[in-house]
Amino acid sequence: MSDVCIVGAGIHPFGRTEGRDGMDQGVFAVKQALADSGIEWKDVQFAFGGSAASGNADNMVSQLGLTGIQFINVSNGCATGGSALNAAVSAIKSGEYELGMAVGFDKHPRGAFNADPSDYGLPNWYGEAGYMLTVQFFGAKIMRYLHEHDISRETLGRVAEKAFRNGVKTDHAWRRSEVDLDTIMNAPMICDPLTKYMFCSPAEGAVALILASEKKAKEMGVPIIRLKTSVMRTRPAGSFEVFAASIDNERGGTATEIASKAAFEQAGLGPEDIDIAQLQDTESGAEIMHMAENGFCKPGEQEQWLLEGRSDINGTLPINTDGGCLACGEPVGASGLRQVYENVVQLRGTAGARQVPGDPKTAYTQVYGAPGVSAVTILQR
Amino acid sequence: MNAQPIADNLFTADMGALVGARNKETGHIFFPLPLNPDDNIEPIALASRGTVWTYTVQRFPPKEPYAGPTDPEKFKPYVVAYVSLPGQTMVESRLTGIEPEDVKIGMEVELTAIPLDPDAPPEEQKLIHAFKPVQGE
Repeated sequence: MSDVCIVGAGIHPFGRTEGRDGMDQGVFAVKQALADSGIEWKDVQFAFGGSAASGNADNMVSQLGLTGIQFINVSNGCATGGSALNAAVSAIKSGEYELGMAVGFDKHPRGAFNADPSDYGLPNWYGEAGYMLTVQFFGAKIMRYLHEHDISRETLGRVAEKAFRNGVKTDHAWRRSEVDLDTIMNAPMICDPLTKYMFCSPAEGAVALILASEKKAKEMGVPIIRLKTSVMRTRPAGSFEVFAASIDNERGGTATEIASKAAFEQAGLGPEDIDIAQLQDTESGAEIMHMAENGFCKPGEQEQWLLEGRSDINGTLPINTDGGCLACGEPVGASGLRQVYENVVQLRGTAGARQVPGDPKTAYTQVYGAPGVSAVTILQR
Repeated sequence: MNAQPIADNLFTADMGALVGARNKETGHIFFPLPLNPDDNIEPIALASRGTVWTYTVQRFPPKEPYAGPTDPEKFKPYVVAYVSLPGQTMVESRLTGIEPEDVKIGMEVELTAIPLDPDAPPEEQKLIHAFKPVQGE
């Protein structure tokens, strides 16, 4: 079967942009993606898009042009971008369309996300007693993981150190200065064992991708990046998710493990075939767990990987080459698409100072979010 | 009037156990008892002793809907743990009677109740669940 191809990519810088709302950042990214692919808005046959906090994506048509386009809004929490991409791929695979777009954008207020217990089927006392905080979940989950697999706390620090090092070299990153390991380790603790530098922050940003059938992409005469697979999965029994007043004694797998396995099967590839990976790093611990959940190492091997720099830009498997969520921040609707954008740039060989050496050919993304959703893509040049 | 639990159906009437939920068909046990349980869910008194499976420490005062003390001067970091109750489930709970630095995964703990705001007048105090180290551990 022919592949769906990415023929254009655009990004609005992540971080904080005063005076420009989330949707305007989305329009900025779309215009950049159109220019990148050498087409005009009127050529786009359909779009899927979404944001968590910045309005309905289909309203973008008032700024982009009233062409009558089919524009479907996607709302899937942290997997919004991944789900938009997934749906766009299906639309092309079905044969109904040959040129379309996936877009995600957001602009969140400062500070941790506020959450209402009733939205999660929880009683009010759960919030009143002080459990309604995502940071507690991240701390408790990685605390157990470090204990179970004998990984040092310093490994968490090394993940953050790498993220900021890569962010320095990334135009679209928010945090653009290095932070040394001592500073990261000795910074104020937020939720043990995670200090403030080990968490990403809610932020702003937007990404748009133009997708085409293989036939159409060849006609366009632009650099082609093949989307070998795009998979989204939800949690299995016994997973450990945010805002859980209880979890089963009998532990189960994760949404990421399921999505990763399906993606490799569909693409006919394995972890050993991947040259670059962008993995969800809401906090340092997430990157560590996701290295294993996506099959790139065994649980417990992460400490050695980080010590030896195997996930550095010059390492055997560069991970989060643009600094990930830790350096870019997390605009929920755009975050998963940022990972794909970064891989497109890397596979084209146009990543500048952060370019992965050795002519990378195959690249992997994985986004994870509440309450236990995970989306994976594999791109190939 | 003495201090009251923060919610009905959180503790058993004698305050000796937490009220969990059991699916009559599958036997699956979870916590807390839903406000409007389905017909196949029955209340169950959970074990009052268990072991710490994992934990973290809430180091900064939470925002709303948190109803405990948030004055940065008075706020005391609190431990949030998952306590494994054998054969039942793991309950998310504060730990009390122990400093964060002394908490160990695997330690044995037992149920108690603590005021959400120890400085509140007794008649306004709301009791929340917590586990404390088993004496002699």
